Amino acid sequence: MTLAERAGPAPAATPAAVIDAEEAARLRAERRERIGRWLLPAAVFVALIGSWQAYVTLAGVPHYVLPGPVLVAETLVRDFGTLAPSWWATLRVSLLALLLAVIGGGGLAILFAQSRWIEMSLFPYAVVLQVTPIIAIAPLIFIYIDSHTARVLFIAWIVAFFPILSNTALGLKSSDHNLRDLMSIYRAGRWQRLRHLELPAALPYFLGGLRIAGGLSLIGAVVAEFAMGSGGKAAGLAFRILEASYRLNVPRMFAALILIVLTGIAIYLAISALSWLLLHRWHESAVRRER
Amino acid sequence: MTAASSPVPAAFPAAGTVRAGARPTLLLLENVDKVFGRGVVALRDMSLEIRRGDFISLLGPSGCGKSTALRLIAGLIQPSRGRVRWEDPEAAATLGVVFQEPTLMPWATVAANVWLPLRLRGRSRRTVQPLIAETLEMVGLAGFERAYPRELSGGMKMRVSIARALVTRPRLILMDEPFAALDEITRFKLNNDLLAMRAKFDCTVIFVTHSVFESVFLSDRIVIMAARPGRVIRELAVDEPYPRSDSFRTSAGYVAHCRAASEALAAAMEGAAHAG
Ligand SMILES: Nc1ncnc2c1ncn2[C@@H]1O[C@H](COP(=O)(O)OP(=O)(O)O)[C@@H](O)[C@H]1O
Ligand SMILES: [Mg+2]
Repeated sequence: MTLAERAGPAPAATPAAVIDAEEAARLRAERRERIGRWLLPAAVFVALIGSWQAYVTLAGVPHYVLPGPVLVAETLVRDFGTLAPSWWATLRVSLLALLLAVIGGGGLAILFAQSRWIEMSLFPYAVVLQVTPIIAIAPLIFIYIDSHTARVLFIAWIVAFFPILSNTALGLKSSDHNLRDLMSIYRAGRWQRLRHLELPAALPYFLGGLRIAGGLSLIGAVVAEFAMGSGGKAAGLAFRILEASYRLNVPRMFAALILIVLTGIAIYLAISALSWLLLHRWHESAVRRER
Repeated sequence: MTAASSPVPAAFPAAGTVRAGARPTLLLLENVDKVFGRGVVALRDMSLEIRRGDFISLLGPSGCGKSTALRLIAGLIQPSRGRVRWEDPEAAATLGVVFQEPTLMPWATVAANVWLPLRLRGRSRRTVQPLIAETLEMVGLAGFERAYPRELSGGMKMRVSIARALVTRPRLILMDEPFAALDEITRFKLNNDLLAMRAKFDCTVIFVTHSVFESVFLSDRIVIMAARPGRVIRELAVDEPYPRSDSFRTSAGYVAHCRAASEALAAAMEGAAHAG
């Protein structure tokens, strides 16, 4: 009775959505942020390129010292016939090294997960491999491995595999302990545990490692090409940069550099897209927060 | 009317079924001790007979070995002394478990989570689809097959967890404080639904809780335990018929049983304080 009185007459029809000033401001801020995320980097890009071109033109800098962005773009288009095969060579090495890193790093992590003893025995050596500056062992690799492709791949692989190994190993151990008990209660075998619990639980960790390894595999491929020389017709972009520098063809150096950067960005975006595809239904990192 | 305190479980017909004479024994704990690593006595001399159709609550303060007792029964750990004797191997093979957290696989849909126990036995999704659907229907989650756990509320996640335990049609279910993290309204609802599910599936339940009210509402036997060392202090029979509904919560019998259980629990804790 008193409750009903206090509540007063029932509101006839609540207006569908009255957005108060605070909410409206928040929505506006959200929209600004969405646009700003793209617009600001784009604006910085345009400003940088513009001032670079302006500086080169106004100060009359010779193109063998610093070519303007327009000349670099022209060179990229003109020399694309020469650069494209090298680009493909570098890309191929990077992706192959990444694939081997996934197989090697992931496989080793799974092996470690099977036995603490194996992990204790081998993990320190994986760390040693990781901390040794790759450029310092490049001459040895040059001596012991005959095939150019194998050398370059090997170097890129060493650089890329560790993040995958360490992340996946951590992920395989991170599964919920109650779920592990459940597996025991249901008498799951070693393989079933791996398949139904440990691998899915490790997936977000693995993908985090993959994102790092993607960038590292490209870096490894470029470093390997610098260290190992041309290798005949399989010359990569790094070799094109060296070659162009000997000929003082600075615009082409820039053009090759741009291709490398674009490749790195493309690998990063591809792996991010893959992560999103695999995780967005369930993992916190990929779930868009609804407030 | 008041809770009869006795070490011998009162013979009581199982929910939904009336059997002549004593119900068959599922499982016996015989003078079980569990000592962990550096001398933590988690359980001392625990003996318990679990009969077909029982709803037993293990009630006691935290650290009194309730979870340890369940883990012993589930075979996750072995007793240091005494033994866990299964009289019904079928019950051991189909055992269902519900933990305090829903413990779902976040990467799998509701239906895939419920499928897990059957999948581990090599049953294909297609052959057990009707069973999964029926079980989800039973716990009130029909239509949520394709949802992911993160899209569900705490109570609904717990229902999925219960469905997963029920999908093997177990004879015995172990539940370790399954509703402790839920709000009271949800907990009451789940308590009611749990009794309904049990009546339907005709299974035996061992239910761990530290809530006197929950234990009285749900069970026909309350095993009161004390800590340091973890041990059984007393057993109370709640001789109230099933089905029990919300009206039971306001009945004189319920109140009397709650008082008896609270007193026994207080005495247990006092005794433990003197002993420790
Ligand atoms: N794996 C373990 N190792 C060492 N001590 C444990 C372990 N599990 C439980 N204990 C100890 O055993 C006692 C009983 O624990 P538990 O069965 O979890 O109690 P409850 O579930 O009643 O709260 C506690 O003192 C706890 O610290
Ligand atoms: Mg516990």
